Amino acid sequence: MTEKIIGKNPLKEWKPRPDLPPPVRDFGLSGWLRKNLFSSAGNTFFTLIGITIIWLTVPPFIQWAVINAAWLGDNRSACDYLLEGEKNGACWVFIKVRLGMFMYGFYPDPERWRVNFALCLLALGALPILTTGLLEKNLRRIVYLIAGAIVCTVFFGPFPGLTAAMFLSAPLLLSFTPLARQIPVRGWNWIFLFTIYPVIAWFLFTGGIFGLPYVDTHQWGGMFLTLVIAGIGIAASLPIGILLALGRRSSMPVTKTLCVCFIELIRGVPLISVLFMASVMLPLLLPEGTHFNKLLRALIGVALFYAAYMAEVVRGGLAAIPKGQYEAAQALGWGYWKMMGLIILPQALRLVIPGIVNTFLGLFKDTTLVAVIGLMDMLGIVKTALADTDWLGFPKEAYVFAALTYWVFCFSMSRYSMSLEKRFRVNRR
Amino acid sequence: MPDTTAPEQITSEPIIIISELNKWFGEFHVLKEINLTVKKGERVVICGPSGSGKSTLIRCINRLETHQKGKITVDGIELIDNLKNIDHVRREVGMLFQNFNLFPHLTVLENCTMSPIWIKKVPLAEATELAQHYLERVKIPDLADKYPSQISGGQQQRVAIARCLCMSPKIMLFDEPTSALDPEMIKEVLDVMVDLAESGMTMICVTHEMGFARTVADRIIFMDGGEIVEENDPETFFHHPETDRAGLFLGQILSHGFDE
Ligand SMILES: Nc1ncnc2c1ncn2[C@@H]1O[C@H](COP(=O)(O)OP(=O)(O)OP(=O)(O)O)[C@@H](O)[C@H]1O
Ligand SMILES: [Mg+2]
Repeated sequence: MTEKIIGKNPLKEWKPRPDLPPPVRDFGLSGWLRKNLFSSAGNTFFTLIGITIIWLTVPPFIQWAVINAAWLGDNRSACDYLLEGEKNGACWVFIKVRLGMFMYGFYPDPERWRVNFALCLLALGALPILTTGLLEKNLRRIVYLIAGAIVCTVFFGPFPGLTAAMFLSAPLLLSFTPLARQIPVRGWNWIFLFTIYPVIAWFLFTGGIFGLPYVDTHQWGGMFLTLVIAGIGIAASLPIGILLALGRRSSMPVTKTLCVCFIELIRGVPLISVLFMASVMLPLLLPEGTHFNKLLRALIGVALFYAAYMAEVVRGGLAAIPKGQYEAAQALGWGYWKMMGLIILPQALRLVIPGIVNTFLGLFKDTTLVAVIGLMDMLGIVKTALADTDWLGFPKEAYVFAALTYWVFCFSMSRYSMSLEKRFRVNRR
Repeated sequence: MPDTTAPEQITSEPIIIISELNKWFGEFHVLKEINLTVKKGERVVICGPSGSGKSTLIRCINRLETHQKGKITVDGIELIDNLKNIDHVRREVGMLFQNFNLFPHLTVLENCTMSPIWIKKVPLAEATELAQHYLERVKIPDLADKYPSQISGGQQQRVAIARCLCMSPKIMLFDEPTSALDPEMIKEVLDVMVDLAESGMTMICVTHEMGFARTVADRIIFMDGGEIVEENDPETFFHHPETDRAGLFLGQILSHGFDE
């Protein structure tokens, strides 16, 4: 078609050159090795060092952790041969016996299903948000709802199953009401996770109603407690951090000063001292006789501490949004809060996903510090298990297990953040 | 939706009244004693050398800049430090920017529907229909699901126009809407603007597109040094400018081939 037009043209004829295939880049395995590992003397040197380090560390570790390890049995005698020095191996039986303790702390055994159930609800409630784009949105919700209700019924009986079904279907049902005009299904999901879910989880965890026995918070422990502190810390520090960041950038002098002072004060002290302050100072400031839960104090401490860091991360994102975005929104008639919530913050937060997740990871790992005010988080429980006279001599196993558990959680967070970044890459400027 | 009165029918009813407007940036006196009245349906082009205060003047009209002295009344509402007034005026006045300022995290369609939905409480279905209508009008109905980063500059500016129109403004302000565009794309944006002018929209354009000014404008305002130096109909302005300053300016930009 183009040729016809050009053909009539008295000017010189132009024909596009044919596309050539791109140059071949890899020459099989040996080519790849030569190019990437042995391309120069220096490269070869570091490759050899790397191989040596791997050779010196990995096989012995596998020998210890897998091949020589004691996997079977349910008491101390299964590991006796390891201590007698015949073989150097890990005693995983110890972890197996103590697993319940590591996961739930002193939460009474027959009540632990409540924790599991609440975490399942959380997973089910968050799943539609975490996996947007897989199915058509209402269909996806219905699939989750049915699957969730069935799972809950199978595991916990009809009553919890019904709770789950009601919990899961609420956002969907709300989305069909007139309220749905402005908030999409996903929005309702968020609202539910931040309103209804905490209430359900609280009643499940503490009990005392619906015939559930009461479990005091001082019995909470292990991974469960770590997740409670980290979860609430994460859920609270981001919104508080956003508000602090907005305050710090606001033009109102009082708000601005307050936010700056708070952020700089908190960032200037270690988390441990914030936790101490929260547990020692807060009761002094509050009126006499106010019962103030130790866990709650730790939660407030962690949330506020990380909110200050979050504020600075978010502020970085806000600073990267060009002035034109504000002007365009204002010219269209957007007020401050709507503009921030729907135009500016979505852009700013996407820009700083790596920073936000970094802060979350720090928060997750710093929950171990609540041990200083006497809470038994995962690491704290592991330490008490080491003092058990029946099981003396297996600290390596305990710490490797704890490290692995933390790593699994942190690594999944980090992977999820990468997938988010990828999803948002196209809609950048 | 802009009413479809014929362009000849400029009413005598003034919609923007600016009187004795003064503005300073710190010590710097940007706008000096500006008096300007724009009638409903009128199309005014503002031109002048760089730094003469053109952008500042039109940004005062929707309060993106605050003025220190004088009075601006838009559609009977005076612009003062009252949030309600400002809100009201901003709903009546749409604005186009040199660098488009689309919201990059929203699709083209969402860019157009968000404001009606959240500001005017229009139901989603209705807002979508409205947006489709205006996207068709700016001749890009099939880009609705793209993100701003995936479309060309000219297309982005047309989306920006559609986004504005979705809020059914009575007045539209243009701040050099084509000067960030490649020559090939300028025409597609100007075409849409001409179309808009013909539909009877009240328009104030800051532009260096003299061809556009000549065909569309009812009145040309020439500014320099923060003052309105000359105010004339296009015919007189381009052929027999009354002030030598305007003559000099015209000589400069026309000799650089800005004329069509
Ligand atoms: N926010 C600001 N603070 C201080 N000075 C400013 C500010 N904005 C603009 N100015 C100054 O005010 C003067 C007028 O600016 P304005 O942007 O209105 O000019 P303009 O006529 O639109 O020019 P151009 O054709 O280059 O866009 C310029 O000298 C500019 O440096
Ligand atoms: Mg300008």
